[in-house]
Formats: sequence, C-alpha cells, structure tokens
Amino acid sequence: MKPLSAPASPKTATRPPAAPAPDGGPIDKDPAAERPTSGERLASLVQRQGVLAVLVLVVVVSSFVYPSFATVDNARGVTVQAAFPAVVALGMTLVIITGGIDLSVGSVFALGGVLAAWASQWGLLPALLLPLAVCGAIGALNGLLIARAGMAPFIVTLASLLAARGLLLAITDEGATTYLVPKESAFADLGQGSVWGFGYPILIALVLFGLGGLVLQRTSFGQTLFAVGGSADAATLMGLPVARAKVLVYLFSGLLAGLAGAINAARLSSGVTIIGVGMELDAISAVVIGGTLLIGGAGSVSGTLWGVLLLAVIQNLINQIGSLNSSYQSVVSGGFLIVVVVAQRYLARSRRTT
Amino acid sequence: MAPPEAAAPATAGPEPATAPAVLEARGVSKRFPGVVALDDVSFTLRAGETHALVGENGAGKSTLIKVLTGVHRPDSGELLLAGRQMHFARPFEAQQAGISTIYQEVNLVPLMSVARNIFLGREPTSRLGLIDFARMHREAAGLLAGFGVRVDPRRPLHTLGVGTQQMVALARAVSVEARVVVMDEPTSSLEPREVETLFRVIGDLRRQNIAVLYVSHRMDELYRICDRVTVLRDGRHIHTGDLADIDRMQLVSMMLGREVTEVRRHGVTAFGDEGHDVARTPVLTATGLTRRHQLDAVGLELHAGEVLGLGGLLGSGRSETAKALAGALALDAGEITVAGRPMRRTTSARAIRAGISLLPEDRKAEGIVPGLSVRENIVLAAMPRLSRAGIVSRRRQDRIVDIFMKRLRIKASSPEQQVGELSGGNQQKVLLARWLCLEPKVLLLDEPTRGIDVGAKAEVQALIDELAQEGLAVLLISSDIEELVEGSDRIVVLRGGAVAGELTGDQVGESTLLQVLADHAPPAAADAADAVPGPGTEAAPHIPAGAPAGKEDPR
Repeated sequence: MKPLSAPASPKTATRPPAAPAPDGGPIDKDPAAERPTSGERLASLVQRQGVLAVLVLVVVVSSFVYPSFATVDNARGVTVQAAFPAVVALGMTLVIITGGIDLSVGSVFALGGVLAAWASQWGLLPALLLPLAVCGAIGALNGLLIARAGMAPFIVTLASLLAARGLLLAITDEGATTYLVPKESAFADLGQGSVWGFGYPILIALVLFGLGGLVLQRTSFGQTLFAVGGSADAATLMGLPVARAKVLVYLFSGLLAGLAGAINAARLSSGVTIIGVGMELDAISAVVIGGTLLIGGAGSVSGTLWGVLLLAVIQNLINQIGSLNSSYQSVVSGGFLIVVVVAQRYLARSRRTT
Repeated sequence: MAPPEAAAPATAGPEPATAPAVLEARGVSKRFPGVVALDDVSFTLRAGETHALVGENGAGKSTLIKVLTGVHRPDSGELLLAGRQMHFARPFEAQQAGISTIYQEVNLVPLMSVARNIFLGREPTSRLGLIDFARMHREAAGLLAGFGVRVDPRRPLHTLGVGTQQMVALARAVSVEARVVVMDEPTSSLEPREVETLFRVIGDLRRQNIAVLYVSHRMDELYRICDRVTVLRDGRHIHTGDLADIDRMQLVSMMLGREVTEVRRHGVTAFGDEGHDVARTPVLTATGLTRRHQLDAVGLELHAGEVLGLGGLLGSGRSETAKALAGALALDAGEITVAGRPMRRTTSARAIRAGISLLPEDRKAEGIVPGLSVRENIVLAAMPRLSRAGIVSRRRQDRIVDIFMKRLRIKASSPEQQVGELSGGNQQKVLLARWLCLEPKVLLLDEPTRGIDVGAKAEVQALIDELAQEGLAVLLISSDIEELVEGSDRIVVLRGGAVAGELTGDQVGESTLLQVLADHAPPAAADAADAVPGPGTEAAPHIPAGAPAGKEDPR
C-alpha cells in the first residue's frame, strides 16, 4: 500500500471544483439554481475519482488473493517501473489538456536515453543537459509548427516520431553501437540509487508531478492550458497567449520525455535503442484513463499518476498470476480505456443538454 | 481631430458641447475574398455614451466590431483611441488598451469554473505567485452579486443557463479597466429580468464615463438605452446621429435602404403583375411552431399556386421558420400539416417525402456541393427515386438533368462541369433544379436571389412566378423589400420570432410592410404596438412578459 500513500501532494489538484474549500469565504447558493443531474454527477465522479477507486480496489483485492503482490519488494519494483512512463505521461497530460497530442514521446524517450548514455562519459551534467537540449528542441519545434504554422498535432508529432527514431539510429550506427554508462558514476547513481529502498526515479517523478500539479492548478499558465483546450477561440478572444501556451506544452513534453529517457538509461546503465516503441500510446492511455478529456479542456496530473499506476499494477498482477500470457495486459488496459471513454462521452452528453 | 496630447477623456474634446471622442474609426475598409465587408467607414464613439450600431445582414457590423477589438486588421483606415492612433494585432492588445467585448455567442470556456472564467489571464496571486483562489472566488462572487447573479463561482460554467453565462461574460468585460465596452447582441439569450440587470449595468458604466457600443436589432432596447446610433448597410456608413432625432420608421428604412414614402411600383422586378389563382384549401398548415429563444407560436397557411412572402428583419425568425417547415430545425412544440396529413417528428427526409423542399439561405454551406458536377448536384436529392435496388440509372439521370438545364437555362459548359465553377446565379438554379426534380408540393425559398447578378436575379424571379402559376405553393423569404412586395400574393411578417402581422390584397406594399417591420401601428396587429419589442436576434429573439405570444398572433 505504500506506493499509494506516497504521492499524496498532487492529490489536492483533483479536488472537484464544487467541493467547498475551507478558505472559500461565504458563498450564496441559489437554491433555485440549476443543479447537475444525478447522471451528470455520476459521470463527473467517474471522470475525476474513478481511476483512484479502481486502483485502490485492485490493490486491496490482489493483496488478499496474491500474497506475493503485497510485499514491499514488489511495491518497489512496480513503482520504479512506473516512474518512467509516468514522467512521459505527465508531459502528455499537459499536451492533451490543450486539446493536442504528442506522438513523438516514445522516440524522444529512446533518443534521450542514447544521448544521455553517450554523454555520460563526460559526467553527470552533460549526461542530463544534452538529452534535455535535443529533446527540448524537438518539442519546441513540434510546438512552433503546431501553434505558429497551424499544422495538425497528429501529423507534426508523427513526423518527429519518425525523425527522432531516425536520429537515434544514425548516432548508434543503426543500433549496432550501444553506449554504456560508466559504473559508479553520479549519473548511474541517479537511476540506480534509492532512499529507503525507493529508487531516485520514483522521487524524481513525484517531485515533477507535484510541480506539474502546482503549475496546472495554481498558475495563470495552467489556467490558460485549460482555456486553450476548452475553447481555443474563446481563449484567443479573451486575449490569452494561446500560441505561446501551445509551444510551451510541446516543449515540456519533449523535455520530460528526454529526461525520463536519460534517467532510464542511467538505471539500465546503457542507452537501449529498441526502447520506447509504442510508449506514446501507453502514455495517452494512462492520461485518458486518468480522466483527462482527449478533446482537451479538463484533466489533472494526479489522475494521470493513478492511470499510470493502474496500468503498472495490472501488468504486475498478470506477471504474478503467471499462467496468463503477459500479452493480456494490453487487453485489460484496452478494456479500461473503453470504459473511461464511454464515461467521458456520457459526461459530454449530459453537458450538452444543459 | 483631437491631437495626441488631448489623450485623456477628461480633457476637453474638439467640440465643447459634446463629450470627447474615446474611440474613433476613420475611413476603415476591410475586404475578404470576394466581398468588401467594410467600405470606408468612419464613426466616433464618445466617452460615456451608449451608441447603437445597427444594420441588416451583411451590413458590416460584425466586421467593424472585430476591427475595433483587434480580431481583424483593417486593410486601410485608422483607429484612434482617445486621440491616439492604435494598431491592434491581437484581441489581447485591444483589451490592454481598454476595449473589452461581449460577443453574441458566449465566448467563455464551458468546462472551467465561473470564477476562473472571469479572471482568466489576470488571476489574483498570492505572494508566492500562485493563484489565490480564495480571493478569486470572493471577488467573483462579489462582482456577480453586483449583477444580481447569485451563483457559486466554483461551478463549471456549462452548468449555468445561457443567460447567466452571458452575465458572467459581462462581469468579465467590465471588471477589467475598460474605457469602451462593445456588446454584440448581449440580450439575445437573456430573460427579461436579466435584460433589466444588463441595462442597470450599462447605466453604471455611463456614470463611470465608459462608452458602450451596443449592437442589437431590438428597437425598443435601442430607444431605451442608446444616445446615438450608427447605421451601416452593405459595408458602408449610412448615418450617425442622435437616436432622439429619428423615429423607428426612419431607422428601419435606413437599415433596409428604402424610402418611407415610396409607394408600390410595378415592373422593377421580374415578377408578373397579376396575382395567382390561389386554391382554397391550404396545402401546408403550420400552427404554434415554437422553439425556445427562436420561434414563438408561429402559424401560417400556404396554398397551392400562391407565393407567400415571409417578411421580417434580421433575426426575426424567418429562416428558422423555413427550416422548421422543412424538418431541418427541431421544434419544442408545433404542428405541421401537409395536404391534410399531419407530419409527426419532422426530419428533412420526411419533409422531402411529404413534398416540402427548402432552398437554404446559405447556398455555399447548406446547398451546393462545389466539387461535384452539375448533374451530380441536381440528382443528389432524387437519388432514392432514380435508383433501383441501390443502382442508379445513368440514363434516367441524364434525361432529368437535360430537362432542367434547358428549362432553368442553366449556363454550364456541360452537365459534367463542377458546380463550384459556375456563377452564383447558375449555382442557385442548379439548387432549384435539385428540388424541382423531386416534384415538390411546397417550395421554401430562403433568400433565393441574394448574391447573384441582376440578370440571373430576374430569371430566378420569373421562374418563381412560373412555378406558382403551375400550382406550386411557394414561401419566399427575402430581405429585398421590392422583391418581397412584388413577388408575394400575401406577406406574413415576423418580429421577435412571432407573427407580427399579415398583409393581404392591397395591404401588400412597401410602406405598410415597413410600418409592420418598424412596429409602427401595424394594420393587422395594432394592439401589440407598444408592448412588442423590436425585432429580436438571429439566435434568440425573446418575448417580454408584457406581450404574450398569443396577443400578437392574428388568428
């Protein structure tokens, strides 16, 4: 149960806007004002807290059924595995909230890892700065093409998915060269070290999620992202910096994917070239399962965190059962995705009728 | 005019008797591909005044507003704010300069909370630079309370009614340091109580010396709260002056470009002088057509062999009525009977089967398929009839297309030419052919001659005449008063989504029509003269409580 209690800080971000805040001051409630219907409330609840409930349920039930699941070691394993897709999905959350999509993150993740492994021969700082610079540049280019040139996010990031993969193959002699991270270096420690048995990657992911939640919920920039995704026309007419917000989310997405790739390379002690294929789809699944609307305008980073953990726990369980082919993990994730999308449609419909 | 030094509104303007100009447009022109939306328009907004901006469809109001608020950049001309020349590249810059806008379609973010919408882009922050939600919610609640809106500022905007949403937009607009507030049809979705609140807020703005540019079609609103008026027509500036100096008739005739004293003439249009042989029993009867904010118990009868004109100003519900009859607009209530048989739950397909065809107003968006050929466009709606077991007979297609191309004199190089390449008039004829080959009983024509050249216009008009003579029931909607008066045997006038009057026989004339349009003691609905507001708006005309719909209904 430890992995659940740990990331408590961003939880505040998921608080539904209608929940009375203690510091809210006196609010007059008009009794005659339109109230959300029970169906709408249910859909909205599923949207916001559904994943967390499912996650808790799955964890509690499997702890009883499979004693090997409820061990500290297993919790450490699951969470450190989930830390990398979580960081990628964090960037994806911001992108999807603005109504966009970033397909390039899987390739950028792999590219970041290779660049970090290569640069780690010169120490910790180059091993972090090089992947951040390159991956950030790819993200910024995505953003500029989307926001300034008005191109479709799907196409732009599909192109950079291919380009980043190609770049990666070029610098590894088509995958023949594998760069190794020097053992016992500060950079290797970043991926392999731990506090109380919980690896640094987990802590890094938690700090990033905390920051992400703060930026999204408590800054003007974060509010602008919601506005851009909710109604780009309205955001423009309100005078919000729509183009800048779009460029920044793709920049962040690139940076986070590159950083996750770099730390993953540190953990694996090498820049693995075949990694990250299809990772963008896992990230999108986690974001959507976490309650972020794929059309943009609503969502939370905490939901994404629960979504990533849920997918990781399901995979872990299937491995625990042993008799099940691990391919079924995708079937189960797919099932969850459908349930969430159906709930979102339901919510959207009840919204239209008001 | 005012030199740059005389920037502040407090300093005396060029004319001591009047308030200084706060916003001025000089010779502004704006072209879009194929249209001149604004042609050398100049006008002045004075500090603290409420200035009405009126005009019919295509007059250039929206374009002017968008130029003033930085959405569009003018092709030529200049904007002066308090005497200083301005170039707005983005709406943000106009807002920074003190011009805030309430758009007709509520332009807020539905999924975000009320408070977040009000403060988007300028949220109050704590010392750490984080948003201070407590303060934001407090201020939002206070601001809204000032507008008589009691609502939890944490609620997502989409859970509120449209009227309340409009008040939130208003709160946002006036809570910035605005010098000018532009309101584009602000009352179109408001209930009467909310309209009163809006007027109170406008009064407050006036006391704070803030200028309001007020766009509306509702005459009684304009005369109640506006000081001056600017009339646009076809992208040109027609008139600016004190509203007290002109009456409704004059205002309406300026908007429509018709002289009040003009009498009915003959022979200007291609319509025949004679009336048509009208059948006794109606082929189509509609009663109580109602749709919230758009139509209020509209009823009419359409006889075989007659042209029924449907009159009204922009937003009076003409197009909505036609669409409702054609099953293209869902109704809250109402009954439509075709040839004695009631239509239940009308859909476009059912209406077409019942013999009702609609030539829509927006030819490009709702009518032609530009990439398809003349032949394909004509037979599109007739496909079900021309095909057997899903296979379309090419020979039967060609025969029908040939007949209609000859009969309507469609000028195309061949039936295979793309419709997008034809002139507007020929496109319109192709559309007419599409519906005529279905052999309809009722033809609904929404602005059939708009945007087509004079020659084609005359041909279409002659064709309408011919069709009615052949026994078709035609409903004609036209903003061209001449066309409406000369082409119609009878005219039903709509105002604010309800029937305001009906002109029959000798009453069909320009001056009587103008009187009804302007709500000037209309002959058929005299009792409603004072209680009824001016024409409503496209999206949502409203009927004040003082004028229940039944009272206006001539039946």
